[in-house]
Amino acid sequence: MKFVDEYRREEDARKLIAAIHRLVTKPWTIMEVCGGQTHTILKSGIDRLLPPEVTVVHGPGCPVCVTPLELIDKAIALARMPRIIFTSFGDMLRVPGSDGDLLSVKAQGGDVRMVYSPLDALRLAQKNPEREIVFFAVGFETTAPANAMAIWQARQMGLKNFSVLCAQVRVPPAIELILNDPHNKVQGFIAAGHVCTVMGYWEYEPIAEKYRVPIVVTGFEPLDLLQGIYMVLRALEEGRWGVENQYVRSVRREGNLQAQRLMGEVFQICDRQWRGIGLVRGGGLCLKPEFSEFDAERRFGLQGITVSESPVCIAGDILQGKKKPYDCPAFGRDCTPEHPLGAPMVSSEGACAAYYQYGRER
Amino acid sequence: MTFQCPIPISEYPTVLLAHGGGGKLTHMLIERIFLPAFANPALEPLHDGAILEVGGVRLAFTTDSFVVSPIFFPGGDIGCLAVHGTVNDLAMCGARPLALSAGFILEEGFPMEDLCRVVESMKEAASRAGVPIVTGDTKVVDRGKGDGVFINTTGIGLIPPGIHISPKRARPGDLILINGAIAVHGIAIMSVREGLEFETTLLSDTAPLHDLVARILEVGGDRVHVLRDPTRGGLASALNEIASRARVGILLDEASIPIWEEVKGACEILGLDPLYVANEGKCLVIVARDKAEEVLEAMRAHPLGQEAAIIGEVVEEHPGQVILRSRIGGMRVVDMLSGEQLPRIC
Repeated sequence: MKFVDEYRREEDARKLIAAIHRLVTKPWTIMEVCGGQTHTILKSGIDRLLPPEVTVVHGPGCPVCVTPLELIDKAIALARMPRIIFTSFGDMLRVPGSDGDLLSVKAQGGDVRMVYSPLDALRLAQKNPEREIVFFAVGFETTAPANAMAIWQARQMGLKNFSVLCAQVRVPPAIELILNDPHNKVQGFIAAGHVCTVMGYWEYEPIAEKYRVPIVVTGFEPLDLLQGIYMVLRALEEGRWGVENQYVRSVRREGNLQAQRLMGEVFQICDRQWRGIGLVRGGGLCLKPEFSEFDAERRFGLQGITVSESPVCIAGDILQGKKKPYDCPAFGRDCTPEHPLGAPMVSSEGACAAYYQYGRER
Repeated sequence: MTFQCPIPISEYPTVLLAHGGGGKLTHMLIERIFLPAFANPALEPLHDGAILEVGGVRLAFTTDSFVVSPIFFPGGDIGCLAVHGTVNDLAMCGARPLALSAGFILEEGFPMEDLCRVVESMKEAASRAGVPIVTGDTKVVDRGKGDGVFINTTGIGLIPPGIHISPKRARPGDLILINGAIAVHGIAIMSVREGLEFETTLLSDTAPLHDLVARILEVGGDRVHVLRDPTRGGLASALNEIASRARVGILLDEASIPIWEEVKGACEILGLDPLYVANEGKCLVIVARDKAEEVLEAMRAHPLGQEAAIIGEVVEEHPGQVILRSRIGGMRVVDMLSGEQLPRIC
């Protein structure tokens, strides 16, 4: 496949793995921030090909996993309302709330529909003027432009039956949160290429400087990851810090300015609760006041939701790279994709799901 | 005595779509509800069909229901699928199909013109496969209580002497063959699903496989140990079932699994793993190593096997598990699917 197979060649992978083995002289801990990258690492077996000195830990970059339980419960409450067609990306449908998930609501008669783009939800709103269409706007900076576009278009079209349950999150504050933790062991970062395609990497430069860590913007194919890991390790071995760009075929320093403008028009930065992690200052995007009519929380007055999180699940520690899925006593026993205690076990980007699916015989 | 449901009801108080997805939840239904309730020696092997001995003759007996949406899709429709599906289940028992039944559940308001198209397609598929539809049934349900048309087909077939196909016969050293590229049917269907329409020239691979299987058995005879059509749940689920039934390990080689570029591209975009995407005209063959090359040649000489390939082997290690050697040389588990495969966010 053009532009994909080139990044999966065994011969090139072997060269990079050999180069990594030659390079490493001492133990290093690096974190890949994005869940998509976690899956590539485990799916292609990269973790088993690295030298034993290199520990790769998985970061908080799974938007499904960090969506707070309260919002999942609100989504479930909305999906149960008879007039509402609740729309969401596939990933969110199986995430456990305090009591069930969106797929169970669907099985019980709720109108829950999987969409592939927020613009599909918009089309549903046009086709069903007698129904209320709510879209679960989840994701990092990667999904924010398309979600902003849907909201902006809804206003242009004068749609009165479209709203979003907004759970949009931002990466840079999460990286700072990890680095500020007194128990932090992460020495270098693999930054998510897709987020940087939108946002560029200028936001990461002051972080790299302040905490003296190397950050390498990296793509999602096996060779991207191997090269990104090599670049971080090389910087660590040479005692350098700063931001480097492995994903030059897609990312520019300033990012996609048009997408950023659109996001800026509809969203503003806000503090947000992250599931398993807590309040992240500046860690979210919320609708600007001039778009508040599209805010489902306001429109449907979802008060009195009480949440109950599993006391066993250590998702928060896993999302911050403090623990690995295998460290969880429930992993693979009380917590499986069929009966998940936490979101990282169900999301297609979740670290626990990746370990469960691809690495369980270890 | 009161009935106690063996499935943890607190986890699944209602049936979910994933209970029919061919993955772990489907298995939970079969293993915990159907199998204990209906237990008997013919059912126990959990083959694609039951094998019954009647007066010294071995018959294969199988049934399947078709609820595909949309009912017309690129390369086929629910009608030909219903014929091919049951013909193939018989073929996967090593049987030569003899006859089919057809049961229709129609929804009030379903266009007669569509019904005629579906029936015409079944007629053609049955006549091309050389298997008559000899009995049937029709029911109509109230509007809103069906999805246009559901079809059930049941089939019987004759197993030639000396042929013993069973998932339990996979043994270390055997090689695993497939007759062509995977995931074509699933992607062709998705390309016309509401909310997902995308441009593609892909046609479903739906086809009757009994003729190909007859060729395979002619060449491989009793050295052919397992036949399996990897339909719902895809290649990964079918191989997991075999690994678990035979208590053997399976080692797959990612680079040798045939996948068309267009299918790979669609899977990349949707975030789906082609190993779990449905097939209709594909057949896995597990054959003793010494016969594998001959069987492969025979498959390649058949119109439905031109892209046949050896994709892996049965091993002693990691019994019950399927392990895949990735393109870059890493190893990973290929688990049975949990629930439906859902496209990712980004």
